[in-house]
Amino acid sequence: MTFLTYLTSGLGLGSVYAIIALGYTMVYGIAKMLNFAHGDVIMVGAYIAFYSTSSFGLPAWLSVIVAMAFCTLLGIIIERLAYKPLRGATSLAVLITAIGVSYFLQNAALLAWGSAPKVFTSLFAKIESFKFFDGQLVISPETIFTVLACIIIMLVLTFFTAKTKMGKSMRAVSEDNGAAQLMGINVNSTISMTFAIGSALAAVAGVLLCSSYPTLMPTTGAMPGIKAFTAAVFGGIGSIPGAMIGGLVLGIIEIFARAYVSTELSDAIVFGVLIIVLLVKPTGLLGKKIHEKV
Amino acid sequence: MKMKKLLCIALVLMMIFSLAACGGNEEGSADAIKLGGIGPLTGTAAIYGTAVYNGAKIAVEEINALGGLQFELNFQDDENDAEKGVNAYTNLKDWGLQILLGTVTTTPCVAVSSETYADRIFELTPSASSADVTKGKDNVFQMCFTDPNQGITAADYIADNALGTKIAVIYNNADAYSTGIYTAFASEIKAKGLEIVYTGTFSSDDNADFSVQLTGAKSAEADLVFLPIYYTPASLILAQAHSMDYAPTFFGVDGMDGILTLKGFDTSLADGVMLMTPFNPWSEDQKVASFVASYEAAYGETPNQFAADAYDCVYAIYDACQEAGITAESSAEEICDALVGVFTGDFTFDGLTGTAMTWSTAGEVSKSPVVCVIKDGIYVDM
Repeated sequence: MTFLTYLTSGLGLGSVYAIIALGYTMVYGIAKMLNFAHGDVIMVGAYIAFYSTSSFGLPAWLSVIVAMAFCTLLGIIIERLAYKPLRGATSLAVLITAIGVSYFLQNAALLAWGSAPKVFTSLFAKIESFKFFDGQLVISPETIFTVLACIIIMLVLTFFTAKTKMGKSMRAVSEDNGAAQLMGINVNSTISMTFAIGSALAAVAGVLLCSSYPTLMPTTGAMPGIKAFTAAVFGGIGSIPGAMIGGLVLGIIEIFARAYVSTELSDAIVFGVLIIVLLVKPTGLLGKKIHEKV
Repeated sequence: MKMKKLLCIALVLMMIFSLAACGGNEEGSADAIKLGGIGPLTGTAAIYGTAVYNGAKIAVEEINALGGLQFELNFQDDENDAEKGVNAYTNLKDWGLQILLGTVTTTPCVAVSSETYADRIFELTPSASSADVTKGKDNVFQMCFTDPNQGITAADYIADNALGTKIAVIYNNADAYSTGIYTAFASEIKAKGLEIVYTGTFSSDDNADFSVQLTGAKSAEADLVFLPIYYTPASLILAQAHSMDYAPTFFGVDGMDGILTLKGFDTSLADGVMLMTPFNPWSEDQKVASFVASYEAAYGETPNQFAADAYDCVYAIYDACQEAGITAESSAEEICDALVGVFTGDFTFDGLTGTAMTWSTAGEVSKSPVVCVIKDGIYVDM
């Protein structure tokens, strides 16, 4: 029974990683850049949701929509101001800019909302925990809804990139930026759109992350962001189902390592597994092998 | 061109004035003892530094209103960083520092106290609790318990009052404070014949998942969970334990203080949590009540133990200065030697955070701990 308890908490943690990883992988797949500020957009989303319920008294579902709208706007602004001027620059320059944006967001949050931690009220606070086997296995509503949200988002994104016109142009941009432009696709607006979607996802991830683990600080997004990035690489960065599988596997490994090996070594084990996977399969679990044509 | 020059000069002047306005200078007369303070006023540990600054300000205002010995307080920011702490200390020395109140957090305090030791400046820290702060420095004293001391006192209290038989501990193994308390607690609890059935650790993540540690404690049938950690992770542990229907006695230490004022925290989750804190703001004690009232009037919030520790520090310095006959004309070195003599002599001090406090030559304070239980969102004395 404790095994099942560990498995469900692994799934809960893993699906939080997965939702964040979906945002990473989406932006990387299309814009070919690592948006290290993603974790901090999550934090901003969580703060917006926190203040729209606690200060303006909005209902929980509405606060999620407000946070999504705000983060979409934030994502577009960040892209326009920080990344767009570097469209032709080396990937290293863009990476460093992304790290700069990350620090900027953290410190702006510190100024705006202060350093004292806030406790986030869960979206599902009114729902009772689900009990199985005479209360031996307790599953929190947060876990169930996070897993569900993760699956739904993954399916919608897969459908979106495969079937819609916008999605197709995103894939075209991802495959060959220059050729896509020649075919009449507006590369700039496609990339902006990617950032908008990625940031809206970040807001959802922030709300779900803080519903499960309710401490909210300016650095809240940093560590989950790094773990989710790892999950995205693990699953094969750029691949949407890969990000989800990577996130879930990472979460489960982390919890099992903590439960059965050592609470002290869990992170070392998680990253050790990552290194082994990358040695055996350098593109990650579901990553595509791209042949460079000369 | 001329306009530009004028503008330049104006800007330079503005900068000079804005720099001069930096730091928390209190208006003070020339014949006041220059009391410097150092602590984090910005950054992630800002709540501690701000509380110390506010608590000290209240004490200084009260003492100055008495009309006898006068103090002038200058409080500098160190952002909880050792290097910035030493810079802040250098600034204070340029200002003419005579006695140092601080520093608030352990890491900068270790760095600053080796400087004060070399310069012979008396230092009393309200809250830097590591034993490294005072080790080998006769001029540094603490107002708070040291970490090992707290672990031992907690173990004794649990054993003597039979609060639990099977004990679980969850601590932060990436944090010196938490590990220090845990190590002393574990050996003392064994000496008392109690058993630790489960030990879980975590590292300093903001959003840790504690389901594994709690499941471990639950399946080991622990009836008391000892939490030598800060209140932020503790709030997560309480929430997660609640959602998995696990309700042992939770026993926290002074790092748990602050959990009730955490914005958005459902205080009913903390009902029945016991904690060892030096300061209970809801106590019926006369002195505490008047301090809390003036703090709330000035800053609009309930003071925490850091504010109370700082308040006690200023009063302890004041009492000791009177006993040693120190005036504002005494040099920093004379003050240091005199105060060290007083503190290690038969000086006792009654404050908000304990009564009949005495200090050892190692700089550690000795006072009896206050154990409270949380009921309906306030501390109730045991």
